[in-house]
Formats: sequence, C-alpha cells, structure tokens
Amino acid sequence: MRNPLSKTIQEIKPSGIRKFFDIVSEMPHAISLGVGEPDFDTPWHIREEGIYSLEKGKTFYTSNSGLMELREEIQKWYARKYDVHYDAKKEILLTVGGSEGIDVALRAMLDPGDEVIVPQPCYVSYVPCVELAGGVPVTIDLKNENEFRLTLDELKAAITEKTKILVLPYPGNPTGAIMTREDLIPIAEICKERDIYVISDEIYSELTYTDEGHCSIASLPGMKERTIVINGFSKAYAMTGWRLGYAMAPQVIAEQMTKIHQFAIMCAPTTSQYAAIAALREGDKDVERMRESYDQRRHFLLRTFEEMGLPCFEPRGAFYVFPCIKEFGISSDDFATQLLKTKELAVVPGTAFGDCGEGFLRISYAYSIDELREAMERFGEFIRELREKKA
Amino acid sequence: MNVEILKLLESDSRLSVKDIAAMTGSTEEAVAADIKAMEDGKVICGYHTMVDWDKVADEKVTALIEVKVTPQRGQGFDKIAERIYNYEEVSSVYLMAGTYDLAVFINGKTLKEVSKFVYDKLATMETVISTQTNFVLRKYKDHGIIFNTEKQDERLAIIP
Repeated sequence: MRNPLSKTIQEIKPSGIRKFFDIVSEMPHAISLGVGEPDFDTPWHIREEGIYSLEKGKTFYTSNSGLMELREEIQKWYARKYDVHYDAKKEILLTVGGSEGIDVALRAMLDPGDEVIVPQPCYVSYVPCVELAGGVPVTIDLKNENEFRLTLDELKAAITEKTKILVLPYPGNPTGAIMTREDLIPIAEICKERDIYVISDEIYSELTYTDEGHCSIASLPGMKERTIVINGFSKAYAMTGWRLGYAMAPQVIAEQMTKIHQFAIMCAPTTSQYAAIAALREGDKDVERMRESYDQRRHFLLRTFEEMGLPCFEPRGAFYVFPCIKEFGISSDDFATQLLKTKELAVVPGTAFGDCGEGFLRISYAYSIDELREAMERFGEFIRELREKKA
Repeated sequence: MNVEILKLLESDSRLSVKDIAAMTGSTEEAVAADIKAMEDGKVICGYHTMVDWDKVADEKVTALIEVKVTPQRGQGFDKIAERIYNYEEVSSVYLMAGTYDLAVFINGKTLKEVSKFVYDKLATMETVISTQTNFVLRKYKDHGIIFNTEKQDERLAIIP
C-alpha cells in the first residue's frame, strides 16, 4: 500500500504535552496543575440562555460569519473595553474557539515560503498551523529577564524580506507575560515600517492583573488595518467546552477567512452563539469575580515561591506562573517527570511550548486555594529533597 | 475596613491569616490587624460552619414564621423584634417590606416544639397581630452553598 499520509503532516512534531498526559491518566491520585482552562463553571445566566435557545428550537445553522446580533455585541464590547473598532458586518467572524481563528487567518494570508514570526515559549498551535498553511515559522526565544515580553531588538533581528506576519500572543500562555501600551508602541512602529501584519491572540485579555488592563495592538494608530485580533469566550467567561471564539480583521482578510471557514466549518455552534450574547451583555460582573479570584491565587503562588526561594518573575496575565528551575541542573522534562512520579503532582515542562522553555515549568492556578495549598506542599518537599541531594 | 478580606472570610472562614496575606499580597501583620479591627467594630460578627442537618440523625425542624405586628410609638419595630430575637430557638429575625413585618426563623427538634413556641410565646405578645407558620421541607442552598452536590474536576489533567 502506498503511504496514506502527506509529507507536511509527517514532518509536524506531535505536541510535547501528550507524553505527560499519558502518564498522568494512569495515576488516579495525582494532583494536576497542568490544566489550561478555568476551574469555574460557565456562569448560570449564560448557560440559561443556551438552554433557552434550545427550548425555543434555535437549532439551525447561523450565517457563516455568525449571528449578526452577536457580532454587534462583539463590536461594542471591543470598542468599550479596548478602544478597538472593527465593523460587525464585514470584519468580524465567529469561529470554533480562538484556535480556528488562528488557523483560518494563517491559511488566508500565507503563500509558500512566507515567514511568520512566532515568539516562544508560546501556545502549541502557532508553529504547526503556520507549517500546515505552507508558511515558514521563525521563532524568537523570549527572555526571562525581559519578563517574556517581545522587545524591539529581538523582533528586528528576526525580520527578513520574507516576513509577512508576526504572531503576538499576549497575555501569554505559558508565561503569563503581558505587553503594556508602552511595550507595544515600538513593535507597532516597526510592523508599519516593514509592512508586517500582526495576528494578535488576545484570548486571555480579560485576565490581566494591572490597573490599566489589557492593551490591544489594534488600538494603536494605523494598526487596525494590519491586525487580525483573535479572542473568544473560553477563558474570560469559563466557556471552553462551548467552542466559541472570534476573529476581527480588515475586510479584505476577513472575507477570505470567512470563505475557508464556510467550506471547513460552515458556522460556529448556534447554541454557544446565543449563550455568548448573554455573556457579553451581562457578564462583566462574572469576569470581575473570576479575575479577582485568579489574582488571589496568583499572589498565593508567587508568595509560596518566594518562601521556597524559587525565582519566578511576576506574571500579570492569564492563569499561569512560569518559575525557573535552572538551579537544579536537570531538564524541565526530567524535573516534571520526577515530580509526577515521586509526589504525584503534574505540571507542564516549559519545553512543551518551545525549546527555549527549557529550565522552566508552567504551573496553572486555575484551581481552588485548597488544591493549590496541597500541591505547593508537595512541590516544596520535592524541591527540598532535590536541594539536599545536591548539597 | 477591608472588603477583600471580608469576602474571602465570608466564603471560607477557616482561611489562615498567612493564606489571606499571600492571596491579597499583604503582610500577615496587616491582615491580622485588619481582621482584629473588623471583629472589634462588629463588622465581623461571628464565624459559622455550614451544616447539612439532613445528613445528621438528630431530627431538626426549621420554620419561617411571618409575623404582623403593630409598631410601637417611639420604638418602631425594634422593641418587638428584640423581644422575639432574644429567644434562643429563634435563629434569625428580619424586618421586611411586603405583606408582613417580621420574618422569624425558628429551629426546633419537632413540629410540636415549634408550634408550641408560636402559640405560647409569639402569638401571645400584645403587639403581634397575626402569625403564619411555614415549615421548611428541604434546604437546597444556604449562604451561597449548594447542598448535596459533590463536584468532581472533570477537566483533562493536562491541557496546553
């Protein structure tokens, strides 16, 4: 029989997280801090709206782009929250989670050989999606000393004649890093100067723990025209299983993204779209409540690391901390494997998010304080034992 | 007054000063002082444990008595409320706007005990115009806690 698989797909590495998942699933008593989704249930009034839409028999396809009413809410929401203005009719597309938006945007924009700059460590799907779309990923190793922000010098060094897109994922998974308005201004300037488009993945935008809150690069002068904003309902409204995200892009790009979406997906889930309207209209207080809780857990973990003497920069977004474990002289993978086997505690090695994640761990705080306390006791014991062994 | 600490303690009064300090990014000394001040000022009035008494063998009856009263000159409802809330079997008393004046919650061992309290003590007070007794059949949710739900974390253990 001939090989059923394409060369492209065979060359794409499987996700590094898989191996861990397999070990953890065979350890029923293990505590996991490896989850990248909220621990909260979707707020009840949002679930109610989904249920009501089912009762009313709203079980048909929506238009390819999604319900007009929802797109209008998204337009208003982005304008109100982040001073970003895309047109509901022509520039907003509802997708199956933020991930579909990323994939569709890349496929709509890339020709073979086009380069896409991807700052790492980052979410696992950017590089494979670039490769699947025929593009060439050019990764930047972000630095702990810069708190994993993308600096102008790093970006300049990565730009070539072939650079077409910069992926800008802030607040970031796995680091929890954010980019302030001041950080973004020079990045925006060079993108305009070198005619580079930006895919700004803002899925964690509402989970920003600063007084100023999140800043979208699309709000900077002249950037809306060259920015594709990706966002969704999963993280802010604890709606991961509803599979609903959206992309906002200049009309010329949005039209082609909609074309791919139409052929591949048809439309995002209808029930989720109705529920999402309620989220945007009446969900501010829910987001506020969950953000306050995440912020308390974030403080809790940082204080614990401080007491353990484990270096960790203060992440100001998402729900991850990214401590440095270089002092122990073992790889992230070994550290995480031993921690899992001896203390039954699962965390994700930084290398799952790019080679430059070596020496770091991603620890999620989408868990209750009681769970975090127990987990940190185990973590502390493990570190003490490692240090004793070394000494 | 520290609202963040109040909200934390209201949802879990067993949180330690150390944990609260870590969670709010404050010092243990500052948190302890805040709590002490709020206790002294009676902003924090007590620390309770939520018990689902249905799971305990002892029989226990809760009733809501709707009480209509004649407010007294110069004292309004306060005096009559005081005469009611001082009884040990009364767990809560609220002044209400609506079809009755005072909502009185009573805990007793048996229906008989609760009824006896109503006709012996409550109904005989001279300012009480009428009482209506409602018995609680089942508690689903109290103080924000849903009874009888065991929630398991159904998320996958590792998600990128």
